[in-house]
Amino acid sequence: MANATAAQNSHDAHDHPTGWKRYVYSTNHKDIGTMYLIFAIIAGIIGGALSGFMRWELAEPGIQIFPGLASIVYGADWQSAAALDAGKHMYNVFTTAHGLIMVFFVVMPALIGGYSNWFVPLMIGAPDMAFPRMNNISFWLLPPAFILLLMSMFFEGPPGGMGTGGGWTVYPPLSTSGQPGPAMDFAILSLHVAGASSILGAINFITTIFNMRAPGMTLHKMPLFPWSILVTAFLLLLSLPVLAGAITMLLTDRNFGTTFFDPAGGGDPILFQHLFWFFGHPEVYIMILPGFGIVSHIVSTFSRKPVFGYLAMVYAMVAIGFVGFIVWAHHMYTTGISLDTQRYFVFATMVIAVPTGVKIFSWIATMWGGSIEFRTPMLWAIGFIFLFTVGGVTGVVLANAGADRSLHDTYYVVAHFHYVLSLGAVFAIFAAWYYWYPKMFGYMYNETLGKLHFWVMFIGVNLIFFPQHFLGLNGMPRRYIDYPEAFAYWNMVSSIGYLIMALGLVFFFAGIVESVMKKRKAGDNPWGEGATTLEWTLPSPPPFHQFETLPKVK
Amino acid sequence: MAHVDTQHHGNRSNKRIAYGLVLVVALMVGMAYAAVPLYQIFCQVTGYGGTTQRAEDGVISTIDREMAVRFAAQVDADLPVKIVPAATQVDKIGKKITVTYEATNLTDEPVKTVASFNVTPASMGAYFNKIECFCFTEQTLAPNETVQMPVLYYLDPELDLNDELDTIREITLFYAFHAS
Repeated sequence: MANATAAQNSHDAHDHPTGWKRYVYSTNHKDIGTMYLIFAIIAGIIGGALSGFMRWELAEPGIQIFPGLASIVYGADWQSAAALDAGKHMYNVFTTAHGLIMVFFVVMPALIGGYSNWFVPLMIGAPDMAFPRMNNISFWLLPPAFILLLMSMFFEGPPGGMGTGGGWTVYPPLSTSGQPGPAMDFAILSLHVAGASSILGAINFITTIFNMRAPGMTLHKMPLFPWSILVTAFLLLLSLPVLAGAITMLLTDRNFGTTFFDPAGGGDPILFQHLFWFFGHPEVYIMILPGFGIVSHIVSTFSRKPVFGYLAMVYAMVAIGFVGFIVWAHHMYTTGISLDTQRYFVFATMVIAVPTGVKIFSWIATMWGGSIEFRTPMLWAIGFIFLFTVGGVTGVVLANAGADRSLHDTYYVVAHFHYVLSLGAVFAIFAAWYYWYPKMFGYMYNETLGKLHFWVMFIGVNLIFFPQHFLGLNGMPRRYIDYPEAFAYWNMVSSIGYLIMALGLVFFFAGIVESVMKKRKAGDNPWGEGATTLEWTLPSPPPFHQFETLPKVK
Repeated sequence: MAHVDTQHHGNRSNKRIAYGLVLVVALMVGMAYAAVPLYQIFCQVTGYGGTTQRAEDGVISTIDREMAVRFAAQVDADLPVKIVPAATQVDKIGKKITVTYEATNLTDEPVKTVASFNVTPASMGAYFNKIECFCFTEQTLAPNETVQMPVLYYLDPELDLNDELDTIREITLFYAFHAS
């Protein structure tokens, strides 16, 4: 231990750049975490604005907004047939970009890059990440990836259209012969770069968690958030390379004459769907598992009780991660797979409800009999549990191949995955924001603004997405700019919900401004005896280098 | 107790884990590419996705159940060829049947074409046996030539044992013609 401390002190001398160098050259996990969070907020504003235009267009039947938007952005003659076509395509470009941005540039950077960088080392009692310079690369790969994706919106996709409008799933042949322009290549390269960033991050987290835990902290004593990140990092490591392979095949099919997905040369477009969903299904758990970890800590803190069934919670996450790899074809029931294959995928998919149920019941059991305090983070955490459960229930409905025949690619699916992601994962992000805000920045947030943010946003997102179940059950397909009159009512409700949600975000930003202006000191541990993990033993904000003497865990 | 590491530059054990994980990544990229030939083999063996089977000529017994086989074709936009599919055949399962597709080259140049194919419903793929087919090889059509292209096939009587196919009375053999 003595020489370990000595080594630590010797670093302090050199490693403290200031000004812009502090961030651009940063190897400090807390600074990098902060940059990830800021990046996610910026990307979230852009991705959220894109969906705002979609809800504006869909508020009423007919095509009102996008032709004008296309004529402003791309200069087509307003009210010409060309502007109408450009508008229709632009709508598809917006849905595609919204999906890709929210998945790769908002949820993943916030949960994995932001909070994990900040709190995995703190919670396991480590001075920093295992590979601080690799951490720097992981972050700085993301802005170029994001810029590539934004650039793709301004290059030709299909003949005569700007941007790629194939959906975030980029199925061929629409992503190969369907959109020969360079826009698709930009999007593919963007995914390559973002994927490389995530894989490097995953390697870093796994090494950190395996090698740098404080003395006495066995894996079975490690807090649930680092556990959730460990499982997530393994999912990233196993699934992202498959996506990278699949989109590389797309790229060579498009540009170098290979025929992986082209029947004319003996390929099969369905193969892409298998590869994509082998990545895509674990990806949805990648987005939600860190949220599971966060919510466990918050529920325990504000119930003043340890997490109920700690080991069950750990192995439920491991089980979800494992089963997540063998259910991918439930996204492909309508591609002609045999009945027996469908039976298997229905069964395997429903099995996931078991470990997920274990988690939900354990959260409720943690609250049961606890001395519950409804502070802002707790509201978000309970909101998460409620919304995630709603999304989980519709997920069990959709797991049925028979029901999927009617619901495939309808708004029911849109409602389902927004309940688990847009509401589930995003609520976890906000829960963590309020829970760790005092720790990260040293100031207390404003409780009233935080609670307003929660309630307005809770009402808003439910108004957006709950009616979409009705639309989907009535057969409204997703990814269309227009719809029949019969769907007008609930679409209007949904669009009003969007405005309410946007109002909620005003309170979010107001809360940040207020706390920075008022500068209320948070203290080491603002949450009291319920907050038992190591980050609360440090000052707020923690020093540039922490744990120079490693904490001992009993 | 876990191994403790505070010296986070160039630690041996850290590097070993990282290299191991890089290997996992490389392996998974390899798996993605390995999926391409594996998927093809899988489709050929199981008839997955309506992939038809190739069979040698031999003695096949027929059964009483009848099946209608419809023939369809589609020509890629960049291929100047006209295809007339064979007429629908209704016969006992197990009987060997020869049908002909007619192809006409619409240009004054020789044209080469390959055909990809499957059978619908997809679960019929494992039972549709082709003994001879123009689709096994590349076809060259002389300028303005019209050729008859034969397909010799039979349906495997074992399909009668598959519950999934109890309600099937009619299937479609489909060819897509591509320029090559």
